[in-house]
Amino acid sequence: MPQIAQLAATYSSQIFWLLLTFGFVFFVIGLGMVPKVQSTVDARDAKIAEDLATAKASFARADELEEQNRARDAEARASAQAIVAAAKAKAAKDAEKKVAAEDKKIAAKLAEAEAAIAAASAKALAEIEAVSAEAAQDMVARISGVSITPDAAKTAVKAALNG
Amino acid sequence: MAAESGKIDPMHQFAIEPLFGTDHLALGGYNIAFTNSALWMVITAVVLWIFVAGGMKRQLVPGRWQMAVEFFTGFINKLMMENVGAAGKKYVPYVFSIFMFILMANLLGLLPIGLFGLHPFTFTSHFTVTGVLAIMSFSIVLIVGFWKHGLHFFSLFVPHGTPLPMIPVIFPIELVSFLVRPFSLGLRLFVAMTAGHVLLKVLAGFVINSTNAGLGYGALVGIPSFTLMIGISALEMLVACIQAYVFALLTSLYINDAEHLH
Repeated sequence: MPQIAQLAATYSSQIFWLLLTFGFVFFVIGLGMVPKVQSTVDARDAKIAEDLATAKASFARADELEEQNRARDAEARASAQAIVAAAKAKAAKDAEKKVAAEDKKIAAKLAEAEAAIAAASAKALAEIEAVSAEAAQDMVARISGVSITPDAAKTAVKAALNG
Repeated sequence: MAAESGKIDPMHQFAIEPLFGTDHLALGGYNIAFTNSALWMVITAVVLWIFVAGGMKRQLVPGRWQMAVEFFTGFINKLMMENVGAAGKKYVPYVFSIFMFILMANLLGLLPIGLFGLHPFTFTSHFTVTGVLAIMSFSIVLIVGFWKHGLHFFSLFVPHGTPLPMIPVIFPIELVSFLVRPFSLGLRLFVAMTAGHVLLKVLAGFVINSTNAGLGYGALVGIPSFTLMIGISALEMLVACIQAYVFALLTSLYINDAEHLH
């Protein structure tokens, strides 16, 4: 087995060249190059994480804007509905007021007319009384020859007319 | 001819040979010859450097290569986060280095470049190498443990809820199991790599020897052996990845012990 047979003759050379080559590997590659490779990887990971965070923030912002839009929309719709409702209520109130005023006018006219009718019928009744009293006086004078006073005739007519 | 090929030595692939006439290169009295093993360490380091450098474009949208590199750093990062937590982040460069170095060494050692007359060498099949890697991981555990917790680090060897009279028994057991860690860590990789390569080489020897013995033997022994080699090669690639992962995983678990005690 050369590993054992040549041990005494070669161990120093083996160790020397191993330390030399591994020293190169450790100091130049391990300490010099590996951290750079790793920093590249770390930078990439950081960039990816940052991009993802940005994307997530953008998404959140978009959602927020959409929410705001929706809220504004709903608000506008509500205010529009309120204006429409107010206008409707006002219109209804105005119409009611106008109707009430007309009603009052009509009622006044009606009352006036009724009063006129009542006055006319009273006047007519009085005229009928007067005419009836005269006629009654004449009838009494012609039939009995007794002349009665107009007052007595009037009283008698009134009693007969009014039952 | 049959007698010659009968000399196929499945262990020869692990032999270390100095290259470029550097046999006697020395540093402070110690031989540091540039061997085939050292050559493959250099190749591994360079291939790994090219691989990671190709993923350094630092684009926001990664290409395939950058994605592959980021997969491995992410894999080690996840491993440390899961096993050690946030404190594990500072060990990622070390665990990444050790994982990728072992993985590349294992996989490069399996390259079929023998077809072109070259000899791949798997230096992770030598315990001088895996031992040093294990000792490095274990040293980090010790240094971090004593640095962070001081002598309180020894409470690692007394599990929570141990009855007082049991402590003299439990403590040595836990201490030994702790001290065995670097050996098991290094030996596991060395054994897995050696065994796989020996198995492949033995089967390759069957194919060559049986074919040399005649067409009938070649069909009877060589073809099934070759089929088996294909399957085992796939298995070896899996083992190459798994052993690198196990080394990194155990390193992270031991670091967790050092960081958080229990």
